[in-house]
Amino acid sequence: MKQSTLIWTLLMVFGGLGLLSIQIFRSQGAIYVREVPVEAQASQPESPEQVYRWSKYQQVPATEKGEPGVSFSLSRTIGLWVAAFCTLAIFSFLYGDNPLYKFTESVFVGVSAGYAMVVAFWTEIVTNLFAKLLPGLARISFFPDMEEGAQVSWLYLVPLVLSVLLLWRLAPKGNWIARWPLAFFIGATAGIRLISYLEADFVGQIQNTIMPFIVFDSKGSFLWIESLRNSIVIVGVLSCMVYFFFSIEHEGIVKYISRLGVWFLMVTFGASFAYTVMGRIALLSGRLNFLFNDWLGI
Amino acid sequence: MKRTIPLFISAVTGFVLICTAFIPKFVDWGNDAMAWFNILAAFAFILGGGNLLKMQLQKISAQQPGWGYSAVTLIAFFITLIVGLLKVGVHPNINFPEYAWSGDYLAEGSTFWWLFEYIFYPLSATMFALLAFYISSAAFRAFRAKNTEATILLLIAVIVLLGRTYAGVWLTSWLPNEPILGNSGITYSDFHLSHLSEIIMDDFTTPGMRAITIGIALGVASTSLKVLLGVDRSYLGSDQEA
Repeated sequence: MKQSTLIWTLLMVFGGLGLLSIQIFRSQGAIYVREVPVEAQASQPESPEQVYRWSKYQQVPATEKGEPGVSFSLSRTIGLWVAAFCTLAIFSFLYGDNPLYKFTESVFVGVSAGYAMVVAFWTEIVTNLFAKLLPGLARISFFPDMEEGAQVSWLYLVPLVLSVLLLWRLAPKGNWIARWPLAFFIGATAGIRLISYLEADFVGQIQNTIMPFIVFDSKGSFLWIESLRNSIVIVGVLSCMVYFFFSIEHEGIVKYISRLGVWFLMVTFGASFAYTVMGRIALLSGRLNFLFNDWLGI
Repeated sequence: MKRTIPLFISAVTGFVLICTAFIPKFVDWGNDAMAWFNILAAFAFILGGGNLLKMQLQKISAQQPGWGYSAVTLIAFFITLIVGLLKVGVHPNINFPEYAWSGDYLAEGSTFWWLFEYIFYPLSATMFALLAFYISSAAFRAFRAKNTEATILLLIAVIVLLGRTYAGVWLTSWLPNEPILGNSGITYSDFHLSHLSEIIMDDFTTPGMRAITIGIALGVASTSLKVLLGVDRSYLGSDQEA
């Protein structure tokens, strides 16, 4: 092991142990919850009259820990520590690629894939496919509030068949059949996008740019600031469009107009860059706030 | 059949969806196609999960370098999947307590909620937060006022960054609220960094964004038409693939 690696490893281990002991000593990094009893009666007339009871738990600030009904939550406390560990492990990549980062990265990949599948299953497959093809079964299993006697929508056999064909892609033979649902997917995307982009972005943006160069108020006085702002926007859009027009040679007057367009684009890129940086910094401060405030309680 | 039927399917689907915007009678068809699209997208996630499983298992069975991490990925994947699909720790819906499965799969206190709250969210937020360091370091290395365009970009980025933070207020708060050039309506305080940043965003960034947006719309429209008319068939892959 290299000397620098050894030093950093020792620093991280002792730092972690130090944090752990400080937290235990100060009894920080713990989550307290308030128990909220729930009582519910059977809703369906055919069900036996029975009262169901369970408890829900609401997180409360640590200052309320002595109050009646408030107790220490082991699962949420473990969760807090796991979240802190995950945050620090990802931040450890700033030092360099290391096993801790790789471990959490792998966990992230697995959890993300599982999360996406579960959400897709409950929001689309069960809600929109299962409930449409087998409404009776869906009603007595997942959706008791569904209308009784709902009709089967046979049309939904089409997406079911297409979905099975899509999964055929994983089969060792005949996976070309997956092109059919893929074609539906591509066709639907193209159809939706064509109209929505032309309507909102193309026509909408041109519509917004058609505005007066010279602005007067209701009394007829000339509003030079508004006029200047409108002129900047109109000239800016036109010059940028000229820059994007590659079918003609950028020479003579076109060259100067397209150069102006480049300047406008540079302003846009500069502002967009600043916004992106600020967004990331806001996320970073959110994570630091979690570490210092929620976890360490500083 | 391998290429003609997919081309036919994509053209019919696409043109039906386009027609829904112009012919009211087709609106229901469009809604159905959208619902099918969403269902298919959900199955695409399953396909993605299956693919992940296949790749990671191949890596483990071949004992490639780093196969241990593949095992970690699979364990995390299966735990998330099982607790999410079985609604572990989810109480039934309060209105229908006799139906064990009627509760929300993301209900607070459930195991799936725990995984989201304490693993998925912190990991994804920290991954994106990490980019703050790299984006700043890349900018520090790449940003040079080499020519007019680069200088404009640099200057605007600095003004917007300062103008949208407390630093901007602190640096230019001394500018008085007195008029410049008599009755022109402009005051020294108009040059506060926060105000300058607003002017840049409203009047100078808008034209650039508008032109880019128009360009994107035209690009999307032409690409969509190429796909629907069968000019662009790249999504079908090559015949050798099948």
